[in-house]
Amino acid sequence: MIRVVLPAHLRNLARVGGELKVEVTGPATQASVLDALEAGYPMLRGTIRDQVTHKRRAFIRFYACEQDLSNEPPDSPLPEAVASGTEPFLVIGAIAGG
Amino acid sequence: MSGVRVLVGTHKGAFVMTSDAKRKQWDISGPHFTGWDVYHVKGSPADPNRLYAAQNTGWFGQVIQRSDDGGKSWNPVGNKFAYEGATGTHLWYDGTPRPWEFKRVWHLEPSLTDPDLVYAGVEDAALFRSTDGGQNWEELPALRQHETGPSWAPGAGGMCLHTILLDKKHPDRMFIAISSAGVFKTEDGGKSWRPANKGLHSEGIPDPNAEVGHCVHRIAMHPARPDTLFMQKHWDVMRSDDAGDSWREVSDNLPSDFGFPIDVHPHEPNTIYVVPIKSDSEHVPPDGKLRVYRSRTGGNDWEALTNGLPQSDCYVNVLRDAMAVDTLESPGIYFGTTGGQVYGSADAGDSWAPIVRDLPAVYSVEVQTLR
Repeated sequence: MIRVVLPAHLRNLARVGGELKVEVTGPATQASVLDALEAGYPMLRGTIRDQVTHKRRAFIRFYACEQDLSNEPPDSPLPEAVASGTEPFLVIGAIAGG
Repeated sequence: MSGVRVLVGTHKGAFVMTSDAKRKQWDISGPHFTGWDVYHVKGSPADPNRLYAAQNTGWFGQVIQRSDDGGKSWNPVGNKFAYEGATGTHLWYDGTPRPWEFKRVWHLEPSLTDPDLVYAGVEDAALFRSTDGGQNWEELPALRQHETGPSWAPGAGGMCLHTILLDKKHPDRMFIAISSAGVFKTEDGGKSWRPANKGLHSEGIPDPNAEVGHCVHRIAMHPARPDTLFMQKHWDVMRSDDAGDSWREVSDNLPSDFGFPIDVHPHEPNTIYVVPIKSDSEHVPPDGKLRVYRSRTGGNDWEALTNGLPQSDCYVNVLRDAMAVDTLESPGIYFGTTGGQVYGSADAGDSWAPIVRDLPAVYSVEVQTLR
């Protein structure tokens, strides 16, 4: 079971309170976690990555285990601590403004 | 008992405002979708409980929301807006070709007869349609693939398809407007399109009388007289009496013929409303006076409507989708400002009062007449 933390706007859109838990079949990767997330919460499709190209939206970042995984290949294995559910996979809305 | 429901899209969410036919006391709900840009909210003419809303942010992209109970509750529906076939290019600000890229939905236009059929005008300019209540969207690609498409260029707000006019008398006829390509017309339900900009004159483009390239801000039509169209162009208020085949200017005595919205009185097809704005470089009301102008002659003879509107130190703008009219016997006219005020008139514009004063910047105002 993978733990996923969403930014507040996406928690509101998905109507969830805190962390989400998603079940991944096969290796835990960015792509497989997002596939599972979007399967369970279809309203999130297109809000984190493009629905056609699956490219990460520009102002979204992926963090886990104090690492920025945003530019890792989507099929790279996530850290073992994320795969085992010890640490969450963080979906971050970039801080912007002035 | 009759009443009205005003649907407001703002920089930070949507608001639903209801009143009885007197339109004096208002119940306001919202913000819905707090923190998101809501470019447009509109109800189905065929089912007043069916509403559609377009919400987006730069972070999370486009979401479409649907209500089946008049705005009490909402559910996200489909948001996959994928261009059909080869994407092609249009002109960018620097004159270079740039591939079409979906950015956001500007305008939602529900069918006049089917609550599940709704059109979406998007940026980069294209027309989409859903036949299942917003769950799935398909492009009507002939518009974007028009032979003039590679020459279309964005206006300052982006290359948006912002106006969709449907015509109950001619179900296969549709007019759309794009900034800054102009008006296009279909007579076959969107299978083919042709420009409808003859008579427009725009000094800011290389050929002022070009077939396409005009920054049309808004067009409006009275349902009883669908061959007559009114236009607020970037500069100039225009009129067509041959279903868009030709246009003539009717700005005449307006203090400025720059502006964004234009609308038509529900019972008098020759009575129209605009909100003059000083200029394209300033975007404020002339002389700090917020004035709606009404013409009872279909243009060329305009009167200022000021009763209840601020007549000093007012420097808000009124955007293209931010004016609407109800269809009660004494018709209501509504508009919203970038300063967050929504004004209403229950007497066709003779007098005005704020419904609400302190919303986020208003992008759109629509009204449903409830009977």
